[in-house]
Amino acid sequence: MGAMREIGCEEVAASLKKALLKAGVELPADVKGVMKEASRRETGRSALVFQRCLENMDVAEKEGLPLCQDTGMVLLFCEIGQDLRLDGDLNEALERGVREAYEEGYFRKSVVMDPLKDRRNSGTNLPPVVYHELVKGDRLKINLLLKGFGSENCSRIHMLKPTCTREGVIEAVLKTVTEAGGSPCPPIVVGIGLGGTMDKAAVLSKKALCRSLDSHHPDPWYDELERELLERINKTGIGGGGLGGDVTALGVKIETYPTHIAGLPLAVTINCWADRKGEVVL
Amino acid sequence: MTAKVRQLTVPLSDVDIASLTAGDEVELNGTILVGRDQAHFRLCQALDRGESLPLEIRGETIYYMGPAPTPPGRIIGSAGPTTSSRMDPFAPRLLDLGLKGMIGKGPRSRDVLEAMVRNGAVYFYAYGGCGALYARRIVSSECVAYEDLGPEAIYRLRVERFPLVVAADARGGSLY
Ligand code: SF4
Repeated sequence: MGAMREIGCEEVAASLKKALLKAGVELPADVKGVMKEASRRETGRSALVFQRCLENMDVAEKEGLPLCQDTGMVLLFCEIGQDLRLDGDLNEALERGVREAYEEGYFRKSVVMDPLKDRRNSGTNLPPVVYHELVKGDRLKINLLLKGFGSENCSRIHMLKPTCTREGVIEAVLKTVTEAGGSPCPPIVVGIGLGGTMDKAAVLSKKALCRSLDSHHPDPWYDELERELLERINKTGIGGGGLGGDVTALGVKIETYPTHIAGLPLAVTINCWADRKGEVVL
Repeated sequence: MTAKVRQLTVPLSDVDIASLTAGDEVELNGTILVGRDQAHFRLCQALDRGESLPLEIRGETIYYMGPAPTPPGRIIGSAGPTTSSRMDPFAPRLLDLGLKGMIGKGPRSRDVLEAMVRNGAVYFYAYGGCGALYARRIVSSECVAYEDLGPEAIYRLRVERFPLVVAADARGGSLY
């Protein structure tokens, strides 16, 4: 066996900080593209909303201001190659990257340390929500999401019956989207986790949000389901900002996992048009 | 096209309020208050105790917002609306005290809509997620109460061409 590839945690912290700073200010190319395209297509009242969103994207980028004042809670999906040696403390590096980005970017610190007792703000936007996965190879890949809570509060878990049909899943997703209405700052992006256990489905629904809006599901059956869901969500007429229109969602992405004979967990994570995500590969 | 948007002065006049219809696009010019969850909670606690409020609410318009930190050389950080429904339990009391306008995102409860009709008030939709855009339309910001709450304190902002849509009018008409 040859020498293992090695990277320093300093580098991890610095790269993560850079990616977070960018994500809070500038939307990724796929989201920008879909927003522009949707803005041309919209004929309803929410055409106004699209114009303002595009204007906001411009101002944020030119002036280096956060797109939205809710710069979210940070989610980090780390894929660690088993042939990679990390020099230093990875978790500490991740925290440093988040802390420094939120400080330097004048991002809002929105995390409270205890969820119930006293809800005191941590003052640093720490901690992030971190998932680790061991994979083949010698790379470190981090997918990051800045998750706003106007939309997160509209996310739902449905423990469906094992006999639930494709149509049943579509109906559960539509119910979630309709109940959310204008609250999650539509146009929304919908991440769907199907299968696994309740917790697994929830994580998958977040991972689905990491996928590029231009990407297709590798399985044609699910690719078709993603398309149909997008079409039917747009037919709800909720529209940008909930003001009514033809474009309610920018994309629907599904991730699946095997599940138990007795159930079908479905998690729906709703994200806002400020679909802030990024990727670090080292 | 933005040149044609109707300009309104804040604090709002009753004549202007009466002329607004859900769906109208407007831009505000003048001063508004800022307050969100904790500020509303404290105002209503003070009312429960029979105390007077630390500021006059009558005639004012309140923006549901908690800004990002202010970068050096700027007036305010990113400053877009938060979800209004969280203020629903408190809003009717403030409307009964003479609050004339509210700015936020998302639908309101029946109680709030009824209190608006009762008191001749209006609710504006602010473009969700457009914090950078709004920061640019704010020309001054000053803390006026509950300073210890930081970004959740009550501020007075001076705004220019602050873009909004009338989401619910004083006659009970609503976009949602
Ligand atoms: S839902 Fe998203 S865009 Fe809307 S205020 Fe929250 S973080 Fe910002």
